[in-house]
Amino acid sequence: MNEIVPVVDLRGISIEFPGVKALDGVDLRLFQGEVHALMGENGAGKSTLIKALTGVYAIDSGTITVLGEQHRFAGPAEAQDARISTVYQEVNLCPNLSIEENILLGREPRRRGGIHWKEVRRRARAVLERLNLGHLDPGSVLSSHSIAIQQLVAIARSVQVDAKVLILDEPTSSLDTEEVQQLFAVIRSLRDHGVAILFVSHFLEQVYEISDRMTVLRNGRLVGEFMTRELPRMSLISKMMGKELDALTELDRSDVRTRPDRTDAVPLLLAEKLGRKGSVGNVDIALYEGQILGLAGLLGSGRTETARLLFGADRADQGQLTIRGTAQTLRSPRSAIDHGIAFSSENRKEEGLIGDLSVRDNLVLAMQASQGWLRRIPAHQQDQLTEKFIGALDIRPADKDALIRNLSGGNQQKVLLARWLITNPKLLILDEPTRGIDIGAKTQIQKLISTLAGDGMSIIFISAELEEVLRLSDHIAVLKDRRMVADLPNDGVTMEDVMTIIAGSAA
Amino acid sequence: MSVVTRTPAPLNRTRISLLQGKARYAPTLATVGLFLAMFAAGAVMYPGFLSGQVFLNLLVDNTFLIVLAVGMTFVILTGGIDLSVGSVVALSMMIAAALLQAGWNPIAVIALVLLTGATFGLLMGLVIQVFEIQPFIVTLAGLFLARGLCYVISVDSITVTDPFFTAMAQARIPLGGRMFISPGVVIALLVVTLAFYVLHQTRFGRTVYAIGGGESSALLMGLAVPRTKVLVYGISGLCSAVAGVLFSFYSLSGYSLAATGLELDAIAAVVVGGTLLTGGYGYVLGSLAGVLILGIVQTFISYEGTLSSWWTRIVIGALLLAFILLQKLFSRKVPVT
Repeated sequence: MNEIVPVVDLRGISIEFPGVKALDGVDLRLFQGEVHALMGENGAGKSTLIKALTGVYAIDSGTITVLGEQHRFAGPAEAQDARISTVYQEVNLCPNLSIEENILLGREPRRRGGIHWKEVRRRARAVLERLNLGHLDPGSVLSSHSIAIQQLVAIARSVQVDAKVLILDEPTSSLDTEEVQQLFAVIRSLRDHGVAILFVSHFLEQVYEISDRMTVLRNGRLVGEFMTRELPRMSLISKMMGKELDALTELDRSDVRTRPDRTDAVPLLLAEKLGRKGSVGNVDIALYEGQILGLAGLLGSGRTETARLLFGADRADQGQLTIRGTAQTLRSPRSAIDHGIAFSSENRKEEGLIGDLSVRDNLVLAMQASQGWLRRIPAHQQDQLTEKFIGALDIRPADKDALIRNLSGGNQQKVLLARWLITNPKLLILDEPTRGIDIGAKTQIQKLISTLAGDGMSIIFISAELEEVLRLSDHIAVLKDRRMVADLPNDGVTMEDVMTIIAGSAA
Repeated sequence: MSVVTRTPAPLNRTRISLLQGKARYAPTLATVGLFLAMFAAGAVMYPGFLSGQVFLNLLVDNTFLIVLAVGMTFVILTGGIDLSVGSVVALSMMIAAALLQAGWNPIAVIALVLLTGATFGLLMGLVIQVFEIQPFIVTLAGLFLARGLCYVISVDSITVTDPFFTAMAQARIPLGGRMFISPGVVIALLVVTLAFYVLHQTRFGRTVYAIGGGESSALLMGLAVPRTKVLVYGISGLCSAVAGVLFSFYSLSGYSLAATGLELDAIAAVVVGGTLLTGGYGYVLGSLAGVLILGIVQTFISYEGTLSSWWTRIVIGALLLAFILLQKLFSRKVPVT
């Protein structure tokens, strides 16, 4: 029973990028009818390994054996021919085409005179029904559906090719609980049909819920392969981090930071019944210097919308905003920046960093913007500042000339943070700064937020992880259905308290 | 009893585009609607405007532009652009005129011209694909190159006296009721039909749309992205050559300065026809409607009589702007409410 031949057998895979050894002799075995979790911190080499298996990257050494046959993939198409399908974190489908086309693109059934559209419809419907998605209209355009549905359509596409191996790269990072369960139901049914599934996720609970076996990577090297039920969470975490759990426990003690209570002073930012039609309403916030305000609420409750209002990215049309005692209207992000407000967006790829520039260049952009464009910052000062932030935020690789796009998600997030910190804002709005990054980097960022507040910076912290919000914030604003419904001082507020408020019927 | 109603929370990351569903036909339908409205307006304003022949003349006078716009639609659907088409038209006319003058068989001449155009396009496509250079720059280089080659062939205008070409120029296909079209119209409409078929009934055509929707996605889906991107420029080159031959039928000459700026008319027609410059959305029939709109603007100006022909340009400019704004409106992302 133990010595079943794996469907996929990767041996000694090494991949080197200029200056970085991304993978160093890594093994990975995937078995039929099993969900295999690939675990590791950011920069551990998970994405690189997936890309090796899917033919996106060529391997420098090692062997890839699929169904007993050795392969050397020269592109995604060849991996697909070997019945390996991948669903990426960012849905890689064509939003402009219909669901049925996205499922069958490149494999459309044909008859004399072109594509057999009726057959396309029939096959798409069959696959959707197999995944309990029969209610979807196969002819509807993909972009009209939620990310969750798009992700399921991507899975439908791989099911349609009768994939033997299905790779799911962070499939749940933008799904809510219910959608995750829907996805898991699909994964389980595929597993029971004998598909080997590789599941990559940062959500430990999900990994433990769905996976049978896991492979842990660290710094591009293999730590080991384990059966999920035999590996307690704490040992998994220490294997991933390669150190004892000091960082995590330390963070719990960060509560020691005295929470400033300065209701007598003038608040840095005071929002009264602030809102925007069609976006979010009833935002009442009083934020003092050195305070952390957490925004809690479900996906779609108006967290990001609130942040955008406070940053002037959307203009408020209701209520009033007062900054340091004077009423203000934020017409644009520019005027918010002039007031010392910084906003780190949740889309770090699209709205924050420039991937083709180095760490230093990205940081310098922010410095230069705050200095005015005509006063060039001397090179040695640029180096000095960049090194300071690389050190302070533990950006890895600690190379100021490394290109942003070669950095892992967590390290990109740190660079983004550093960019805002350079401008020395009075109020820093962080939208999901810890999404999609590993525990190590997460801990570092949380600690950093804590320290910044200790130094007098005010912070608005948005996270889908309630636990994190509770741990860090002095005040918690609860949002529900695009309205702010409560403002709780964080004196022993529990997750249950917040969830009760969210679950309570809307006013 | 108070019942706690739990409405599903809308997804804040989910954004829908108004281009979904039937609305994705909206820009093209707007083009067709505008054309009909302009035709109706013309019928009210000018006696004799409302006749089948006025409509058919729009086709007769714009055969080459229709074919160019078809090729351009392929390119723009992938998110690219082809600036060389006007020059390739001129080059095709020059080659045809020069070879006919030298006594070549007209059919052989046409075959050679088509081959040259397609090769020219394929080469540009290869440069764009292999060296990963912006289509704008590569086809701009193509524009200069093709135009320069025209002068290498001849600085002066060459008259075409070949009997086959003159026959094609003068031929009229009667449609009854004293209405007629030229053979060029038949060819242009055949090209449109063929393009429609290719775009909607072949894997190649769907890959064109997929590339416009997301090139990296298309690549990860295992589609033949590089081949398709090269072929698209080949098609545009071939269409330019066909347009060149049609233009020769129309003008019976080859002249190095001919068809200057025609690439911009083609792009304008495609955009007015509802194809998004960013790729992925649009229809070849829309481009046909776009050409007809450009044509009817010209007809208007000539019926008016007092206006200089430059007013055509001004109106086209305004229309182009209006359509781009319209597209922006239709493709604007709105949060789900």
